Amino acid sequence: MIAVQQVSKWYGDTRVLNGCSTTIAKGEVVVVCGPSGSGKSTLIKCINGLEPFQQGRILVDNISVGDRATNLPKLRARVGMVFQDFQLYPHKTVLDNITLAPIQVAKRDKTEAEVAAMKLLTRVDLEEHARKYPAQLSGGQQQRVAIARALAMNPIAMLFDEPTSALDPEMITEVLDVMIKLAEDGMTMIVVTHEMGFARRVAHRVVFMDMGEIVEDRPTTDFFEGAVSERATRFLSKILQH
Amino acid sequence: MKLDFSVVWNNLPILFDGMQLSLVLTALALSGGILLGAILAVLRLSPLRPVAWFAAGYVNTFRSIPLILVLFWFYFLVPLIIGRPVGPFYAALIAFVLFEAAYYCEIIRAGIQGIPRGQRAAALATGMTQAQVMRHVVLPQAFRNMTPVMLTQAIILFQDTSLVYVVTLYDFMTSAAIVAQRDLAIVEVYIFAACVYFCICFTASRLVGWFKSRVEVSR
Repeated sequence: MIAVQQVSKWYGDTRVLNGCSTTIAKGEVVVVCGPSGSGKSTLIKCINGLEPFQQGRILVDNISVGDRATNLPKLRARVGMVFQDFQLYPHKTVLDNITLAPIQVAKRDKTEAEVAAMKLLTRVDLEEHARKYPAQLSGGQQQRVAIARALAMNPIAMLFDEPTSALDPEMITEVLDVMIKLAEDGMTMIVVTHEMGFARRVAHRVVFMDMGEIVEDRPTTDFFEGAVSERATRFLSKILQH
Repeated sequence: MKLDFSVVWNNLPILFDGMQLSLVLTALALSGGILLGAILAVLRLSPLRPVAWFAAGYVNTFRSIPLILVLFWFYFLVPLIIGRPVGPFYAALIAFVLFEAAYYCEIIRAGIQGIPRGQRAAALATGMTQAQVMRHVVLPQAFRNMTPVMLTQAIILFQDTSLVYVVTLYDFMTSAAIVAQRDLAIVEVYIFAACVYFCICFTASRLVGWFKSRVEVSR
């Protein structure tokens, strides 16, 4: 469903992605990890065209992201994305945050969009907060709203960019629980995260990146138990120590 | 010295007419200035260099010329160029709109740039076009944040409308000056005029303060 082929990207003279290739099948959950600055966030932002890249090709459902002729808004409408810092719209209620794109982009009827949004809010266990503003919610609640907002466009795949990194420890679980449920429902997911417990539990594959390169790309059990590269071993020992 | 304020009472209709002109001019210049300013701000933020330069040039030009000169210009020079008189009211209105637009452009530009980039990315990620992101996500937040500054600028504009005496328009200040000199009641009328300006501007600036606190609470 998603194919990343020999993608390279530069910021000026600095190469931030170096010939990255991988494919994600329908229903697959892939965790992307690696030290900070390794290019993992940049890579998933390239997948929905939020970041341009200079070399290679990315295909989402057989549509080339980097192609000039591609209707990027149309493509993005089919790929949900969740950010590290939630980025809910502070001037809109929780419900309006979720229905904005369905009404404006998918041109759905307002009532219909709101009924669908309430269903999503029930799914992330926040239906009683529909009329509140983002500032009135905790970080974990905001991130769950952000997930609901991304799901509202009925995406074919979901991208998560460090969804729990900005959260207090006690709120990480509630967000991961929603993501686990989503994975179990068969959603295609690419998740940039350091939550190795989550990776072990739901990921089919783990991609390990370092210095803009994909160093490891293997099935989850293989990654954690099999022989891996020295760079990945060093990274794992650092984050699993505590 | 004995002050006799009956002169103010006797001339209230004239003063009221003047105030009406001041308020109408302020309201129209404000709307026009914000509209044109918003367009200029979008041009200034355009990735197309010549377009951005044009808007920047406009802003810098008008911010470097005294308002009174712009008023003169539209009253005396524009009729010479287009070959027919513009009339003092329209000359003043056009001058104010063009002049205020330069200031509103800068206020709006700062407001738009103050919205975090992540907001744009999040909205784009849901499939919205650049224009939709601007309209539904960036501008509503930007306008809310800049309302206090805009109101402050509106108060300055209201006071600046007293300059229209140079194009023979009778605003509140001009009417007051006429009454004062005609009835030889300079002290009384000017005290009254000062009180009126103070009341209106002070109330408006309290309003700005109230609005500011509201915006900050809801963040």
